[in-house]
Amino acid sequence: MNGKGKFLKGIKDGVPICLGYLSVAFAFGIFSVESGLGILQTLLVSMTNVTSAGQLAAVPIMVSGGTLIELAVAQLVINLRYALMSVSLSQKLGKSVRLLDRFIISFVNTDEVFAVASGQDGLLQRNYLYGLILTPYIGWSAGTLLGAVAGNVLPVAVISALGIAIYGMFVAIVIPPVKKNLKTAYCVLLAIVLSCAFKYVPFLNNIPGGFAIIICAAVASGVFAVFAPIEIEEVSCDEL
Amino acid sequence: MSYKTFFIYLLIMAGITYLIRMVPLVLIKKRIKNRFLLSFLHYIPYTVLSVMTIPAIFYSTSSIVSAVFGFVAAIFLAYKEKSLLKLAAISCVVVFVVEFVLSNI
Repeated sequence: MNGKGKFLKGIKDGVPICLGYLSVAFAFGIFSVESGLGILQTLLVSMTNVTSAGQLAAVPIMVSGGTLIELAVAQLVINLRYALMSVSLSQKLGKSVRLLDRFIISFVNTDEVFAVASGQDGLLQRNYLYGLILTPYIGWSAGTLLGAVAGNVLPVAVISALGIAIYGMFVAIVIPPVKKNLKTAYCVLLAIVLSCAFKYVPFLNNIPGGFAIIICAAVASGVFAVFAPIEIEEVSCDEL
Repeated sequence: MSYKTFFIYLLIMAGITYLIRMVPLVLIKKRIKNRFLLSFLHYIPYTVLSVMTIPAIFYSTSSIVSAVFGFVAAIFLAYKEKSLLKLAAISCVVVFVVEFVLSNI
């Protein structure tokens, strides 16, 4: 596949993310304007951050005149998982991805972009990655603007139904490798048990969501990396 | 809120979010050889995504019942290895239909 073909494949793979983002960003747009930010301010927050949970946490802090420290710590805790994802993604970058590309691509390394990128066979090329971040970025920005401007136009039932789109995508990415590899299946199972514990068990459910995600994912992955490490061949195949 | 205050807030949040994503991607250029780290990084995408999905997916729509139907549909379609777009779209339709039925019983 040539450069243009890879770019178009990236665009295409980004479409489901874009559609999911339209709905999530739409909800954010409504929320942000209702909270008291202006339409332009709301759009700027989305276009400079591209992170759903982080933005949702930030808006109330901003409109209530919270301290900068509070804002900074909230963003750090909620978004620290992206550091793990960037470490993981760094291992999948092909030679065509140059330093400048890394600065740009990391800006839109969202959960969903990372998920789709991780699901690709072999190393990732720069054109593919640019396509893959373009459509979601447009969806995120456009969805925010639409939500901020026309919050009450879409019927509630439609917004509700769109809410599951992002999670449906996650399922689509996790299930195929789980089906093929028993170790991955058990590892995911452990992560889910931990995740439910952090949601429902008293005391544990006081831990902020951003931390909980990191703890659950790191513990499950760490335990299995120690007791059920992957075969090195699986990795070298990956690198072809 | 004045625009000056707003831009200071914006700079802090966007700056931190970007640094978290950018620093590892720019600094780590070598292929990691350590088997533990490789295994850890192999599992990370799947554990992160499943932790973010469960239990949050059950609260992603206006009723847990419709979300469960959407979730089961997603699992089934993913098992059949349908495309992301098809899977996301069908899950949404399932949720929409279930909520429509529930609200008309």
